[in-house]
Amino acid sequence: MSEHGIEVTVNGHRHAARVEARTSLGEFLREGLGYTGTHLGCEHGVCGACTVMVDGAAVRSCLMLAVQVDGAQITTIEGLAEADGTLHPVQQALRDNFGLQCGFCTPGIAISLACVMQEEAGAGEGARENALVRAMSGHICRCTGYQGIRRAIRQLSGHQPAADEAEAVA
Amino acid sequence: MNVQTKSVGAARYVGSRQPRKEDGRLLTGRGQFTDDVRLPGMLHVAFVRSAVARGRIVSIELEAAREMPGVHAILTQADLATVPVKMLSFFFTPIESPVTLLADGRVACVGDPVVMVIAHSRAQAEDAASLVEVVVDEETPLVTIADAKTGPLVHPGREDNIAAEMGDEDALEAIQPLLDDCAHVVSTRIRHQRIAQSPMEGRACVASPDGAEEMTVWMGCQSPHLAARYLTQALGMPQEGIRVVARDVGGGFGLKNIPWREEMAVVVAAKILRRSVKWIEDRFESLTASSHAREQDTALTLGLDKDGRFQAAWCDYACNNGAWPMGEDANIAVHMFMWPAYRLPAYGFVTRGWYTNTMGLGAYRGPWAMESLVRETLIDKAARRIGVDPVELLRRNLLYLEDQPHTSSMGIPVEDITPGECLEKLMANIDYAAFRREQAEARVEGRYLGIGFATYIEPTGSAGSMAPMTGETVQLRIEPTGKVVAMLSTHSQGHGTATTMAQVIAEQLGVAYEEITVYEGDSAIGAFSPGAAGSRQGVIAGGATWQAARMLADKVRAVAAHLSNASVDAVSIEGGMVHIIGAPEMSRSLREIAEIAYGEPARLPEGAASGLEAQYRYQPPPMTMTSAAHCAMVEVDAETGFVTILRWIGAEDCGTVINPGVVEGQIAGGLAQAIGQVLLEDMPYDARGNPLAATFKDYLMPSISDVPDFEYLHASTPSRTIGGMRGVGEGGCIIGPPTLVNAIADALSPFGEIDELVLPLTPARIVDVIEGRDVSGTRVHWQALEAVPAGGDEAAAPPSAEPGQAAGIDGDWNMVLKTPMGPQAMVAHFDTVGEAVSGYLEAPEGRQDFAGGTLSGDRLKFEMKVEKPMKITLKYDLRFDGAHFSGKCKMGMFGSAKVFGERA
Ligand code: FES
Ligand code: FES
Repeated sequence: MSEHGIEVTVNGHRHAARVEARTSLGEFLREGLGYTGTHLGCEHGVCGACTVMVDGAAVRSCLMLAVQVDGAQITTIEGLAEADGTLHPVQQALRDNFGLQCGFCTPGIAISLACVMQEEAGAGEGARENALVRAMSGHICRCTGYQGIRRAIRQLSGHQPAADEAEAVA
Repeated sequence: MNVQTKSVGAARYVGSRQPRKEDGRLLTGRGQFTDDVRLPGMLHVAFVRSAVARGRIVSIELEAAREMPGVHAILTQADLATVPVKMLSFFFTPIESPVTLLADGRVACVGDPVVMVIAHSRAQAEDAASLVEVVVDEETPLVTIADAKTGPLVHPGREDNIAAEMGDEDALEAIQPLLDDCAHVVSTRIRHQRIAQSPMEGRACVASPDGAEEMTVWMGCQSPHLAARYLTQALGMPQEGIRVVARDVGGGFGLKNIPWREEMAVVVAAKILRRSVKWIEDRFESLTASSHAREQDTALTLGLDKDGRFQAAWCDYACNNGAWPMGEDANIAVHMFMWPAYRLPAYGFVTRGWYTNTMGLGAYRGPWAMESLVRETLIDKAARRIGVDPVELLRRNLLYLEDQPHTSSMGIPVEDITPGECLEKLMANIDYAAFRREQAEARVEGRYLGIGFATYIEPTGSAGSMAPMTGETVQLRIEPTGKVVAMLSTHSQGHGTATTMAQVIAEQLGVAYEEITVYEGDSAIGAFSPGAAGSRQGVIAGGATWQAARMLADKVRAVAAHLSNASVDAVSIEGGMVHIIGAPEMSRSLREIAEIAYGEPARLPEGAASGLEAQYRYQPPPMTMTSAAHCAMVEVDAETGFVTILRWIGAEDCGTVINPGVVEGQIAGGLAQAIGQVLLEDMPYDARGNPLAATFKDYLMPSISDVPDFEYLHASTPSRTIGGMRGVGEGGCIIGPPTLVNAIADALSPFGEIDELVLPLTPARIVDVIEGRDVSGTRVHWQALEAVPAGGDEAAAPPSAEPGQAAGIDGDWNMVLKTPMGPQAMVAHFDTVGEAVSGYLEAPEGRQDFAGGTLSGDRLKFEMKVEKPMKITLKYDLRFDGAHFSGKCKMGMFGSAKVFGERA
């Protein structure tokens, strides 16, 4: 098994490590560096739970090898909030809208949506909402039925939450 | 116990959308799932599984694997067998199939674990596992229920391939004449596909021996207490010997109700090796080798009078138990809960579970959900047949509050269910007439809209009638700092129990939600409960918490009154401050009171214990019913068969709603799974017993584009429990499937009926109805499967009749009664005087006498009244044949159970 030396910056911290060529980025982040917030839900590129930010782009860390990120800047779910603990708007929106239940799929979803927010920073509300929903097509959540995630996306797209969305008709 | 729904504190926390306590850690990557646990020197497991569905193991070649770097040990069943294990069902009854942790000489399904490779890293374990060679002398497998009926025995030595059964075809004799008298008789048949529960986190286990007799186990489970009790009982250890910790679990849905073969093998390996051992299931294993669910074949016939009132019904239910079910199951609950929401005078059924060479059956959200699917789709079909509006047909037969108390045809009493009221609430919030107009206009344009309705009731919060279904304990205290801590045996795999329990405490104790910390997820705290099983935590733990918080509030008031020389009635607690009415200057913070209660006990009222603590165990009524009515509107593309869900609205009655965000989350999650079952998900097997969905590209999980926005109506009729809650965990997954199927059937009605509902309703199967021919090949597929009996090389042998001995029946017999909860072993003792027979039955739980039995020839009949699981009279009818007897026991509403016995 060939081993390679890599240097990466994860959540602002520099790491140097030797990795086996076959080690996935997801496994390296979890096992090698202890960023266990990155979850492996399928290891075949469908569920999206493992998504991390590599040089600003959302990447499925189960499909990328650790050797490929030599020199890259990586953000995992642990690095998404501000240093003072203030949640990223995506985290806050998921929290405000019951966007998670078991939380296993959540890190990948939060990272994907955060990437879109960055990419679509200048876009209009409608375009941003579409892009956020499109990004969600690459994520599976078994718990929530996507209801809270969709509400979070609306909040991130600048919609006021409907007066009281669900209490409406009680 | 009185129903107490009034709040003590002024702030309303119950009923509000408090942000979840769990979210802080889960949103920032600080949760602790089992795979996040790492211990010094921990070893990793990879299982070698059978690639063959059925056969004798000829050889297992381990040498090449042993040579691999990092391999610590390679274990087969022969090694694990040094630690005796007795696998149990969820009901703590023995599993009847000869299940072992690893395959023992034979394999019975693809995915059967055969070898356990244990290495220093998972990668090394997998490398070595890939070099293990298992040679199997392959036999033709039994894959379908039809195969099971005619093929060779899945488990040699058993009488037939029936894993479990209740009722028999004879019972139709009583129902048939009633059906014959009906003005309308309608029938349906549903083939429900096999489901892979697919929690996003697969199963996971880390076992760490802490000494000769102790072990800590981190496990993806639904209740650490239940898991600890199961593990210790299966291993014959004292329960304190194993502590189970499960901080965060990525979904359970029934699959993780009990530890199964792999988790148990990890625990046993840790015991044998005296090392920490970890196993994390990968997705391939999760899909193909975790217990599956559903796979049922159900036929229901319903007779109605000329006014559309239900008269009688007959159901024939079969489900595929696979080779190693987590408890042999004929799903008696399908029949128990088929009709309590309706007026139906007569019901009969036969229900069977069959062994096959496929992965074993496990639980999945609403395991009995077939009752709603088959009933509601048949009622919908009946409405079209008779020419009555489906909502009208529901109204004529549903129970409303004014019709209760009522007892169902199966003897289930209902007192406060609201399916009728939920339906009315639903209808008041949709414009049904407008939809019908829109539908008619659309049809003219060649667009096919449909609307579907379904109603149901759901048994929740069950306690006291089955071994694992118990009450809940809460331990609550106010710390000297004034902060509130609750210790519970609840468990959240997404349920948000720390949130809802804190809301109840905040409201009842009069403290801020933020001041409360809930500890759960560890068998070392709290007391026994089955956690998330049967939609019970909000009901029972909610009630326990409600009461404990009031008890603690009483103590705080007593202390404050004493300190201020005031009357207890003058003390109130609000926002963490303790006030004396009319003396605002005497207000103190909870912290001040707590500091005195812990630090200066001399200042407490005479006889009061120091500290501020309360403990309460709540035993609720045996069962609490939730009701609902749902409506879905769809458009079906007549060209492609593609279904678009336009709108989905539901009215549910889960009593007191603690947190609408959490309740709606439970409903929505279940509905999404329902959509998956109706339209997408499928775990098919090929004829050689290979599971065909091995990745999420084959097993289609609902994605965001498949699930519409759901609308909710909360009916909120308080139940009779403390707090008035009703369970809501499984309902969406039960009522969702018939709601959607009915909407699709309505859209398709211009083309014809869905004769036989085969799930999932793929676009091709919908086109079958539109074009009136077998476009999808479904019919051909089933005809082929059911025509050819599989295997046949060792046909099911009839029970061998031993030469009769005329020894009489007096004395002791070892008897097994096959109850719906599993087989129950007991000793039967008979004394005869002429034809009169008396005696007793004795089980570990106790002994019960009977008299008044009769023996005529070789046939013994006697009756016995029992109290558990409910009051029924058991009617035994046994035939003796020398040293053996067999026969039936009529168990009231449960139908007939088989009985066997032999000379002790
Ligand atoms: S784990 Fe990477 S997409 Fe599922
Ligand atoms: S919250 Fe459980 S999988 Fe999404």
